[in-house]
Amino acid sequence: MSATAKPIANTRSATGIPTARLITWWVIASEIVIFGGLLASYVMHRIGHPEWAESASHTLTWAGAFNTFVLLTSSLCAVLAHKAADAHDGPRAAKLLRLTSLGGVIFLCVKAYEWTIDIREGFVLSSGGFWSFYYTLAGLHGLHVLAGMIIMLIVAADAAKNQELQRVECIGLYWHFVDIVWIFLFPLLYIAR
Amino acid sequence: MTTEAHVQHPNYVKVWAILVALLAVSVVGSMSHVRVVLLVAAFGVAVVKAYLVAKNFMHVTVEKRWVPYLLIMCLLFIAILFAGVAPDVMKHSGVNWSNPSANRPAESGAAAKRE
Repeated sequence: MSATAKPIANTRSATGIPTARLITWWVIASEIVIFGGLLASYVMHRIGHPEWAESASHTLTWAGAFNTFVLLTSSLCAVLAHKAADAHDGPRAAKLLRLTSLGGVIFLCVKAYEWTIDIREGFVLSSGGFWSFYYTLAGLHGLHVLAGMIIMLIVAADAAKNQELQRVECIGLYWHFVDIVWIFLFPLLYIAR
Repeated sequence: MTTEAHVQHPNYVKVWAILVALLAVSVVGSMSHVRVVLLVAAFGVAVVKAYLVAKNFMHVTVEKRWVPYLLIMCLLFIAILFAGVAPDVMKHSGVNWSNPSANRPAESGAAAKRE
């Protein structure tokens, strides 16, 4: 394949939406079902087990709030990267995407610190229903943050050379979705105690 | 392949500032002892924040119509899951059934709270 030729999936669209954005929305739709199912399961178990409030009181609200702030700020960087890509400013978009990834690193570091404290206090995955949900929900979300960061750095590498700028919006959409999931995880795990 | 701008870019920093302010409201509200205030601060604010991110950062409202329809359909699937399963999970007994293994921790937790 030559440098200018694209696969047929990138050169036509039956829906009027560019293929890359189309598949990103499909991925987000399937992730809604994954996280939504887990969150719905947690909500119904939490309502059925009011005694979980005692376990929930041990989560660190300030850490969750700081992580929410970090993800909101990284979402800002991601959407500014999209704006830069629309203006065909690849180097600026790449810089903003790397800043977004830095936000992801900070998020994961705070999460690691939190979990260290929780585990030292004896709260592990098998400590009870609440903690099972807590580690599963936060862990799955953390894996999505990690995956997003890796893809973002790959997209940034191309964007820095003003190549494949359409991917900046797509990885931004994924990152905003990860942010939205955390927007709901924060009150469920850290506030509703 | 270059991007063709399909969206008008609003003032993203302003939207971010509103989101951070809402975060502060939810944290302050979480310290309330009034249940309604706590629930509104936690989940009401979360819904508003999610809408602001979806509208302003993801530009869902300017996408082709079937995109929000697809997302709403997935949310409906979650609602169907909840409606179908919740009665068995949230309740621990019914007219003709009981779930003693789920009941035990709930009862012992309630007893511990009374003490």
